[in-house]
Amino acid sequence: MTLWYSRNLLLGATLSLFFVALALISFVWTPFDVESLNIGAKLKPPGASYWLGTDHFGRDVFSMIMVGARTSIAVALVAVGIGMGVGVPLGLTAAARKGGWLDEVIMRGNDLIFAFPSLVIAILITAIAGPGAINAIIAIGIFNIPVFARLTRGAALSLWEREFILAARVCGKSRTRISVEHILPNVTNLLIVQGTIQFSLGILAEAGLSYVGLGAQPPTPSWGRMLAEAQTMVSFAPHLALVPGLAIVLTVLGLNLMGDGLRDALDPRIRVTRT
Amino acid sequence: MLTYLLKRLTSLVISLLVASLVIFLVVEVAPGDPASFMLGLNAQPDTVAALRTELGLDVPRYARYFAWLSGMISGDFGMSYTYRTPVAQMIADRFWVSMPLSLMALALSTLIAFPAGLFAAARRGSAGDMGVMGTTQLGVAIPNFWFAMMLVLVFAINLRWFSAGGFPGWDDPLLALKALTLPAIALALPQAAILTRVMRSALLDILGEDFMRTARAKGLSARQAIWRHGLRNALIPVLTIIGLQFSFLLAGAIIIEQVFFLPGLGRLVFQAITQRDLIVVESVVMLLVFAVIVVNFAVDLTYAAVDPRLRART
Repeated sequence: MTLWYSRNLLLGATLSLFFVALALISFVWTPFDVESLNIGAKLKPPGASYWLGTDHFGRDVFSMIMVGARTSIAVALVAVGIGMGVGVPLGLTAAARKGGWLDEVIMRGNDLIFAFPSLVIAILITAIAGPGAINAIIAIGIFNIPVFARLTRGAALSLWEREFILAARVCGKSRTRISVEHILPNVTNLLIVQGTIQFSLGILAEAGLSYVGLGAQPPTPSWGRMLAEAQTMVSFAPHLALVPGLAIVLTVLGLNLMGDGLRDALDPRIRVTRT
Repeated sequence: MLTYLLKRLTSLVISLLVASLVIFLVVEVAPGDPASFMLGLNAQPDTVAALRTELGLDVPRYARYFAWLSGMISGDFGMSYTYRTPVAQMIADRFWVSMPLSLMALALSTLIAFPAGLFAAARRGSAGDMGVMGTTQLGVAIPNFWFAMMLVLVFAINLRWFSAGGFPGWDDPLLALKALTLPAIALALPQAAILTRVMRSALLDILGEDFMRTARAKGLSARQAIWRHGLRNALIPVLTIIGLQFSFLLAGAIIIEQVFFLPGLGRLVFQAITQRDLIVVESVVMLLVFAVIVVNFAVDLTYAAVDPRLRART
């Protein structure tokens, strides 16, 4: 199993799975209820009763990290889904119609979306629909579309020149069928790697949007909002800022390492040069 | 070169027009009438109608779009619904915080990334290279606003070298630059990590090229070969990333301004959102998108300056 020889992949997968496990476990168990306030236990430092301390309302920080993992992972995952679901078909279509008007329209449309950073899209959506996790998903998802469209088109264009595609065309298969049956399976590895990277960027973007109040709203815990709430207390309760920040860093680091490891493992050219 | 310039210029104008149309249409579909919002629940219908006329909201949408567009071209962004002051003036005041912050961060990230990328590429596989790559791996995983909070904790609260936030204005440029230093570092470091990786990989690609071997065969040292021939050729991917980074820096600046309570475009736009001052929102968003498109246009032109082959192809 070449896949598991990669230290990056192993370390990245372990870190990422740890936070995914925390998120999943939070559905059935958390040490304390994240919505009940306990002012008597406010601002406790990390210790035996409260592993990562408590916030200014006496809520358990570890429980909030567990539930916050759900928000971050769900938003980033769905946003990658939107980016892939829309971007990949667009990229495949553009490559199949290379040089045609459809290719031109799709690629110029992508250029246009690229001019709108996800925060700007989120600002626009919030201006018309109000803040919320769904709007964060849409904003990050829209930003992901051109990333996947460009990647898919670029990879598909080189595949369209290959002999096995020519053979499929000689068999009378339509461009759409060739795209789905032959091109898509051959770009899947690339999409998995990019998906991992966009997933980690999605976690960062969600945290940023929640931090400025455009993402998940109370009482839903989110890592970004925990940081926003901790900002005024950083001098006397630094654990409130340290813990959610480290959770974000470790998750993103894990996903990035996993992306690097997957790229090394799935790219045959890199594998050949290594062996 | 002229054909290249004209082609890129046409594409720039079309992109800006389409972007302005998209922004206008998105904001136009926003539910709720700004005039009713401003006057509150108990406002009389004729008062609301009068305010709608005053704000120019009673004319057809297409006429409003053209008025907004032509106004922006002449520097008139309209009147803020909330503050009743020209939007252009509000933006200009805030622009002198956000833009210097973004430019400082861009300069800082480039100043860090170029030597770090060169160092890592020249010592590929060494402990130094692995150290740089490990640091950059961590750098890209750190959210800039969290890093900003950590900088405040260490340098403002504990060491008291900098203020924890606020902006004294440009009357004393040194004080102003000092106030922007921590925000710029917070904004620059994650970007520097990305740029270092790009710089290293671009240089490594170049180092394997025939012309680099020829340069070494002519008697140049490895350092001279990289300096005279490698850097220029590695600049294309690096410039692309610098161009892309600018949009992230502008967006990042909006978030970092919240950490340091800086009176920049970010605070303006978030206040405008809560007050439903849509004309401010659409103007600031248009300005940000304009900056991104123009910077990418400038990067395109720089490609042509750096690589004459690109001019010949178009």
